[in-house]
Order: sequence, then C-alpha cells, then structure tokens
Amino acid sequence: MSAEVLRAEGLGKRFGATVALDGAGLTLRAGEIHALMGQNGAGKSTLIKLLTGVESPDVGQIVLDGRVIAPATPLQAQHEGISTVYQEVNLCPNLSVAENLYAGRYPRHRWSGLIDRTKMRADARALLAGLHLQIDVDQLLGSYPVAVQQMVAIARALGVSARVLILDEPTSSLDQNEVRELFAVMRRLREGGMAILFVTHFLDQVYAVSDRITVLRNGAPVGEYLTAELPQSALVMAMVGREVATSVAREQTHAAPSDAPFVLEARGLALRGALEPIDLGVRAGEVLGLGGLLGSGRTEFARLLFGLDRADAGELRVAGEAVELHDPADAIALGLALCPEERKTEGIVAGLSVRENIVLALQARSGWWRALSPARQQALAREFVALLGIKALDIETPVGALSGGNQQKVVLARWLATTPRLLILDEPTRGIDIAARQEIMNEILRLARQGMAVLFISAELEELTRLSDRIVVLRDRRKAGELPAGSDGGQVLELIAGNT
Amino acid sequence: MRRLVAHPLFWPLAALALLLVANGLFNPGFLALQWRDGHLYGNLVDIANRAAPLALVSLGMTMVIAVRGLDISVGAVLAIAATVAAWTIARLQAGGAGGLLPLFAAIGAALGAAALCGLWNGLLVVKAGMQPIVATLILMVAGRGLAQLISDGQILTIYYAPYAFLGNGFLFGVPFALFVVAAVFTALQLLLGRTALGLFVRAIGHNPLAAHMAGVRARAITPALYVFCGASAGLAGLLVSSNVASADANNAGQMLELDAILAVALGGSALTGGRFSLAGSLIGALIIQALTTTIYSIGVPSQVNLVVKALLVATVLLLQAPRFHLQMQALLRRASLLRRAPAKQP
Amino acid sequence: MSTAAAAATLRMRMARRARDPAALSLAATIALFVLMSLIGGVLYDGFLAPQVFLNLLIDNAFLLVIAVGMTFVILTGGIDLSVGAVVAFTTVLLASLVERHGWHPLAAMLLALAAGTCFGTVMGLMIQRYRLQPFVVTLAGMFLARGAATLISVDSIGINHGFQTALAGLRLPVIGAASLSIGAVAALVVVVVGAVVARGTQFGRTVYAIGGSEHSAALMGLPVSSTLVRVYALSGFCAALAGVLYSVYTLSGYSLHATGLELDAIAAVVIGGTLLTGGSGQVLGTLFGVLVLGLIQTLIAFDGTLSSWWTRIVIGALLLLFCLLQRLLVRRK
Repeated sequence: MSAEVLRAEGLGKRFGATVALDGAGLTLRAGEIHALMGQNGAGKSTLIKLLTGVESPDVGQIVLDGRVIAPATPLQAQHEGISTVYQEVNLCPNLSVAENLYAGRYPRHRWSGLIDRTKMRADARALLAGLHLQIDVDQLLGSYPVAVQQMVAIARALGVSARVLILDEPTSSLDQNEVRELFAVMRRLREGGMAILFVTHFLDQVYAVSDRITVLRNGAPVGEYLTAELPQSALVMAMVGREVATSVAREQTHAAPSDAPFVLEARGLALRGALEPIDLGVRAGEVLGLGGLLGSGRTEFARLLFGLDRADAGELRVAGEAVELHDPADAIALGLALCPEERKTEGIVAGLSVRENIVLALQARSGWWRALSPARQQALAREFVALLGIKALDIETPVGALSGGNQQKVVLARWLATTPRLLILDEPTRGIDIAARQEIMNEILRLARQGMAVLFISAELEELTRLSDRIVVLRDRRKAGELPAGSDGGQVLELIAGNT
Repeated sequence: MRRLVAHPLFWPLAALALLLVANGLFNPGFLALQWRDGHLYGNLVDIANRAAPLALVSLGMTMVIAVRGLDISVGAVLAIAATVAAWTIARLQAGGAGGLLPLFAAIGAALGAAALCGLWNGLLVVKAGMQPIVATLILMVAGRGLAQLISDGQILTIYYAPYAFLGNGFLFGVPFALFVVAAVFTALQLLLGRTALGLFVRAIGHNPLAAHMAGVRARAITPALYVFCGASAGLAGLLVSSNVASADANNAGQMLELDAILAVALGGSALTGGRFSLAGSLIGALIIQALTTTIYSIGVPSQVNLVVKALLVATVLLLQAPRFHLQMQALLRRASLLRRAPAKQP
Repeated sequence: MSTAAAAATLRMRMARRARDPAALSLAATIALFVLMSLIGGVLYDGFLAPQVFLNLLIDNAFLLVIAVGMTFVILTGGIDLSVGAVVAFTTVLLASLVERHGWHPLAAMLLALAAGTCFGTVMGLMIQRYRLQPFVVTLAGMFLARGAATLISVDSIGINHGFQTALAGLRLPVIGAASLSIGAVAALVVVVVGAVVARGTQFGRTVYAIGGSEHSAALMGLPVSSTLVRVYALSGFCAALAGVLYSVYTLSGYSLHATGLELDAIAAVVIGGTLLTGGSGQVLGTLFGVLVLGLIQTLIAFDGTLSSWWTRIVIGALLLLFCLLQRLLVRRK
C-alpha cells in the first residue's frame, strides 16, 4: 500500500442551523486517484472548501505529511501543497498561457529585475510538455477551449510543486475526447506519485480512472471503498442510501387521468451543448417527476420551458398550441411558473418584503399599469403565509431576514399566487429542513389534485418516487427512460446509473 | 424616538435643519420670510427656488440609480434643452409668431430633445449592453458640442417675456419653479405608488435576475427611466435658461451630474440600486443649495463649497459602506471592553 | 523546421492574434490615425510636415501623461475622474509657491508630485478598503482638488521665474528644423516607462490580472489589494506630473485649467483600444488615442471653416464607435 499523504479526520462544519458536514474524513495516498462521491448536498463541496482553505472546520483536523495544517486561505493551502483545479477555471483569461503558469513567481532578468519573458516562455513550454500539451504559450488563455484551460490550471498546480491535487468537477464541460486526455494526464501524474482527489458526478468516469472511492451522504461519511471491489449499483446505493431502493411508491395515488390533455408538450426540444432533442409532455393534474444526476440536463430543460434560454431545435406546445418564448414574462403569460434551483440569486428579492415578493409575479403578469390594490396584496400575502406556514414577523418583513425554508415557501407562494397551469419545481426542497419540506410537498400534491400540472425536478429518489405520477429520467443530456406510477427507487436508480 | 431616528429621512432632514438653524444663529434675519408686493421673499424661498433645477435632475437620477444605472450626461442634456428652447423661440419670433405659441413650442421642443437624449442613453445601456457610466459618457462628451452646433457657438439671449415666467414668475406668491418641482415629484410619486412601477423598479434594483425570472420586463422599464431622467434634465434646462434669459451651451449645467449624484446619495438612496427615496433626493438637493447659500452668506470664499461637498460625499460614502460599519462596531466594542476591563479587577 | 511549416505556424499565430481583441483594437486605432493623417495631407497643404505631428505631442503632452496613468486605472476596471482637477491644483500650487512664497520651481515641482501621489493613494485606499465605487470616490476627489486649488488662489497666477521660462523655451531638435518641447519629451518618457511597467513588472501584470478576474488574481497569490491602491497612486502621480507640464506649457497656475480633461483622457484610453471593463489594452494604444484626439483638433484648425465644437462631437462619435467595436469583439469571443 502506498504512503499516506493527506488525512482529514472528523471534520465538522455548520452554517447557521444547517449541519453541512458531520464527522467527515478522507485519506489520500501518494500515487492514487481518489474519487469523492455523493449526492447534491452530501457535503462534497464543503469538504473541499475545508481542504482548500476557503472555509475553516468547526471540529476535526487535516494532516498533511504527518503535520497538522489549518489553511485559512486558498493561497495558504497552495503553499502547503494542496492545489485545486475548479470546473470554472480560476485563472485569468486575459493573460497569456505562460503568464498564467508563472503569475506571482515570474522568472526575472538578472540585471533589470524585469520579467524574463524568454525564460518564462521556455519554462512554460517545458512544463506543458510534461503533460503532453503543445500549444502556443503566448496566446491568451481565454482563446483556448475550457479543456486546455484546465490543463493549464493543472500545470500551474504542478509548477507550485503540489503534493495533493484536487480536481473539482473538472469534466463537466468537456467532451469525450477531452475527458480521455484529462484522464491520460491524471494517470501520468499518478505514476509520478501525486495524490489526486477527483470529484465528479459521472459514475462511469469514476470507474474509468479512480483507484479508491469515498462516499458522503448528508454530510457524514458512508465509507471508503476500493473501486475495483465496488459494483456500480452498490456505489449508487451508498450515495442515495440503502432505504430508498426499497422505498415504496406514492401512497395516495390520486389516479391522475392518463387521458387528461397535455398542458405542455416538448417535441424534439434541444439546445446545443445543453440538451439533446427531447420529447416530453405533462398532463393536467399530473405530477411528472424529472430525475437524473447533476448535469444530466434537468435544469437546462426547465430553462428552455420557461423562456430563459432559446431552444435551437424542436417545438414547444402549451395547451395544444405551438408557442415561442423569448422571455420568462411570455411563459408566465401562458400560465407557466418556475421555482428556480438557485433560491438566493434567481428566486427571492431579498430587499423586498414578504408581501412584495409574493405578489411580484402576479403583478408582473397583470402589467405595470393595473396595480393590485394594497388590500388585495395583503390578503394574498396573508393567505399564502397561512397556507404554507411561512414564519415571518409580519408580511412586511424583508425576505432576506427569513430562514432558507421560509424563503423557499415565499418563492413557491409567488408562483401559486399566479394560479399557474404548470408549475415547474427545480429542486424545491434543497437546503431546507424536514418540516418545511413536508409542508411544501403536501401543498404540491393538493394542487395537483385540483388539476394543476407539476413538473417536479429532484435528485432525491425518495421524494421523486413518493410524489410523482410518472417519472422521466435524464442521463447525459438525454431522456434515459420513463417509469409509470408505482415504480420504486431501485428502478429509478437503474435508469440514473445507466445499468440497462 | 428610536423609530424617529430609524426613519430613512431622519438624517437628511436633520442635516438640512442643522444647516438652516446654524444659519439662523449666525444671521438672525436668515430664517425670516416676508410678504412683499404679493410675493413671498426670504432666504428659505431663495434656497428652494435656486435648488429647483438640481431637484428636478436629482429626481431623474434617483430613478436611474434605483435600477443600478447612472446618467452622467444630465449636465450636457440640460445644455441641449436650454439651447433648443432658446433657438426655437428665436426662430419663431423671426418668423413673426407671437402670443404664447413660441412658449409652448419651446417647451415641447426642449423636452422632446431631452427625452430623445434619455432614450439614446437607455438604448445604449439595454440594447448595446454597455455599462451605464460608459454609455452616458458618450453623450456627456458630445452633448455640449451638439448644443453648440445648434447655437452656433453663441450664448443665445432670449428676448421673450412669457418665457421668463418659468424661471422667474410667481404663482400665488410663490416662485413658479417650485410648482414645477412639486408637480413632477407628485406625479412621479403617484406613478410609482399607485401603479406597480415602484415595485418593479425596486425589484430590478435589488435583484435583476430574480425580477427577470418573475416576469418583470426590465428591458422595457429601464429605457423608460432613462427617458424620464433625460426629460427631467430638459425641464431643469428650461428653468435655468428662463431664469437668466439666455442659453449657454458651454456652461449651463456644468458639474450638474456630480451634484445630482451627491443629492441622491445624501437623500439616503443606495448608490447600488434597489433602495431609493424621491423625497430624500429633494432634501439632498436642498442641502446642497443651502450649503452654497450658507457659504455665500457667512462670507467664506465660495470656493470652500467644493471642498465641503467633497468631504460630504466622502462621509456619506463611508457611512454607506458595510466594511466601515464593521470597523466602527469593532472599534466601539473594543472601547467599551477597555472601559469595562478595569472594573473587573479586584 | 521547413519554410512551409514555419509559414503555417506564423499564419496560425497571426490568425490567433487577430482574435485577440486588444491587438485588433490597437490596429484599428493606428489605422484610424494613419487614415486621418492621409486625409489631412490630401486636403490641406503643409499638413504632413514633421512639425505638425511633433506639435501633436507638444500640445497634448499633459493629456498623454494623464492618459497613461488612466490606462492603468482602467485596466483594473476602475476609473479616475479626479485627474483634471489634480492638474489644476498642481498648476496653482506651483505658481503660488514660486511666485508668492519664493520657492525654487524644482522644489515646488517635487512637492507637487508628492502631493498628487498622496492624494491618489488616499483615494485608492478608500476604494480598496471600503469597496467604494471608484467613480464616486474620484468624483469627490475632483471636488476636493478643484476646491483646494481655488482656496489657494481664485485668480490665474502667471509664472515668471527664470527657470520655468527657460524650461518652457527649451527645444530638442528632431529632424531638420522640427523640434520637441521638454514637456513632449517627458511625456514620451512616461509612455515608454508606462509600457515597460505594464509589460515587464509584477505590478503591471497584476493590474492586468485584476482586470481579468480579481478573484483569480488573488488565488494566484498576486498582491491584489496593494496593487489596487498603487494604481490610483500612480494615476495621482501622473496627474501631478501633467500639472507640472501644464504649468510649464502655459506658464501659469489657474484653478479652472484643464476642466473636463479627465473626459479627454478616458476618451483617449478607450479610443486607444483599452477595454473599459478592464483587463485588456496597451499603453502604446493610449499614445495613439491621444494622437487621434490631437489630430482631430489639428484637422479642424487646418480647415478653418469648421467650428471648434465639432471636436467634441467627433470625439463622442469615436467613443461610441470604439465602445460598440469592443462590445462586438468581446461578444464574438
């Protein structure tokens, strides 16, 4: 067994009331590629933030080469020998490749003290040659594709003599060939004795390149496995939890009429680089679950439906009529609603009150001239505060002062106030507590029973199976399959994992 | 008391009151109002009257800043409007038109030109996607050139009695300009309060992305606000040119953009958008004018005015900066700890 | 390597460079300058005389110096509106010290340079420490500097000190009878030093990195905070130096000197191909930006029938043109 380089033990971290990480740990060994796996919210990103000095742990310690370290900034972590390459490359696109490699430690001319560009260029070429990358190092980094930029980021990490290299979702925006080349580089580094931590949500990639896997769930460690000894289905089981595989389908099926008309129908809807052509329809009174891992095209699909992005192929029909959406306002006018995944940036307007946030979409739909009367606004706000159990001092409290769960309920209330035909929920229960989660789900079911169509996007199998009348699973930006009501978590899992 | 202090207009009003009271102490006649020849006279009336053009521009600037914008071309737009008005009157008079026709034609032409300038700015920001400061810089640079083009480089003198009423006339004994400001303020306040515009503007200013996703059409609202800002600068141009019975393309409204931004900041609006107060901006404009009058009246060289304004801006900025708050809090805490520490020792 | 392969590499390299918005913008500026010169040469007799072009440098020396400082500020994504006022302040300070307090001009100049640098540093600290918007902070700086200038003297002060007049009269022969003033030489030195600093020092490269991504620059271990402050200090220094040149050029100090000069400087930087959002541009481009602005005035002067206000309108139009060009280039990328 190879030598241990980095060991993290008993790391805990909370943000306010939420426990992000609870006793998580990880051991990286020289000459090994170690995959870190877990669902959204499992604590992967928090763990990486602790290792790279973005955040400090509440409890626990990080040991590098037998020495306890406590990096307070990413820069300190780098000096200790922990380098990180992120999905969105943290380099300067407006500088040349060579400069990005040597920024902060430029080679200098002996006499003038100026930057020695000739030497820098030569050094850069040599460094990149080590990764079998032959590019013009004088060009701006931004003029190269993301894959090359990532290679440059890796080269920079090597240049600062890293002991540990963390690759955080490096493959998300790469195509097949680029992924292969990245793996080749990773293997070469492994042979050179580097300890690599590889974070990804693509299962096949984990099996293609990693030696060992650590799985996190709900902020806690599930276990460490040798990749060769862990079947794919067992890995998924570890990620989502054993119990869900046997979770029963929705208890109270309200028998969504399978002959109800389509509220919304996508025919061959596609956007290059985001979504392959997809056919999908949602019927009135139906909760259609949309499952799949992160990056499978779920959010991208929702954005197309809501006029946030423009599809470059296919057709979208609302209530039987072909429509073209240029703006969310168009979608809203047709009776669509979208609870976005990013609550803070895309959902709430933190500076406005609960009342104003709730009436915003309805008011936007009725136009600026026809203002809802103050009495009507208050009545609406009170109604939804009571209905969803929103906990706020009063309806004039700024939404920014509410807890995450209550903020999510306010966004939901905003859309329910428009009495939409189709409600799209993108991960509506992310990051909120169990009670609020339950209340939101009950309300969704109640509305569906009244005839509203719901497109429910979630990575949580338990939720998905319990709420949905029908489940469509996306994988690799394509529709992987469809399951009828009554399917259990295991069946969904198989589709997600691609075991078919 | 605490609720009073917490009111957003408390500090601006307190500053204004302090300025006026201080003046009253130094110069007992300062606060006096007189009724002479059916007109109201006094320093207070004078301050309000002189502040009118700046107040109008500040109202427009407030709306633009509220949606995370900025308009640094208002001074140039004021000059354009003033020149257009003077030019129109001269042209019509030369053509033999009499009565009130030149007056209304001048008002219409000047406001139209100013609104067009605003539309230009708004389209550059929204359609071309330029940063507001860059987009409006273009008109700031070229605007006075355009105005001079119209005036042929001359200071246009206006020989037309009805036009003088705008900037010098009295209505019910009070300067007419104050009615103009009051009318614009009231109309805007009603428009924002009674329609949903106020809600949309604040939503865009606080979180443009969320507003967009809630169906608020910022791409239509934002240009309209720039048009309003341009038009309000145009209205100010009418007042200014009427007041001095001439239009100076080169110097009318010089440094106005800076005063307007200062008025908005003094009034308690956030320069980062979202939170705004029209009444605050009016008070801000009054503070600036009161300051100028004070400096004149106590006999300090008027140049001090600029220095005082600079220090005011710096203070207001620091008070708005979150980091400064934190530092001050830390300082206070340390101070109170130090004070308490000796008491703990036996 | 075979010639064919070398040619292919060269072609590829040029194709890539052509995609670099900074290089394209600079090329556009130089092309504009050449084109305007040729038009002037065709239309007016004696336009292409060397002294006409040297005069561009002589008459715009102070603008050039300010614009170099402004280039660094804009490269970080900031802006400095105080420079015109600092020029005015410097001229008044110099004139007052020399004429009323009997200082030697050289000593007064050194003090003025120090004052300008300190002034810029304070603004930089406010911008960096408290995350205040650069345009408002430097706006306040503009008020302060103009106000301070008028506090020293409301009226224009003429400078008659022998040293100063000697400086003003100094001419460096270039070709034949054509010559450069000391101010123009100083401005050219500033351009060269500016270009070297921007390209060859850690400070310069950090300026670019901040403009590209402040976050990344900090992660790469570059001294982001100190560089931000130093950029405004540099701009303050350049403005003070421009003030010194201005006072030599006009032999006077006046608080209303150089009004609106900051706008010309910004226009020159933008027309010179520097992106107003930061991160891309060259000091050399700024030189050509200033030359283009000067050429517009020269053309209008040679014509004799065009009124002076066309200068502003043309500058505004060029500004619009280059801003739109930049948007296009950035979007295409």
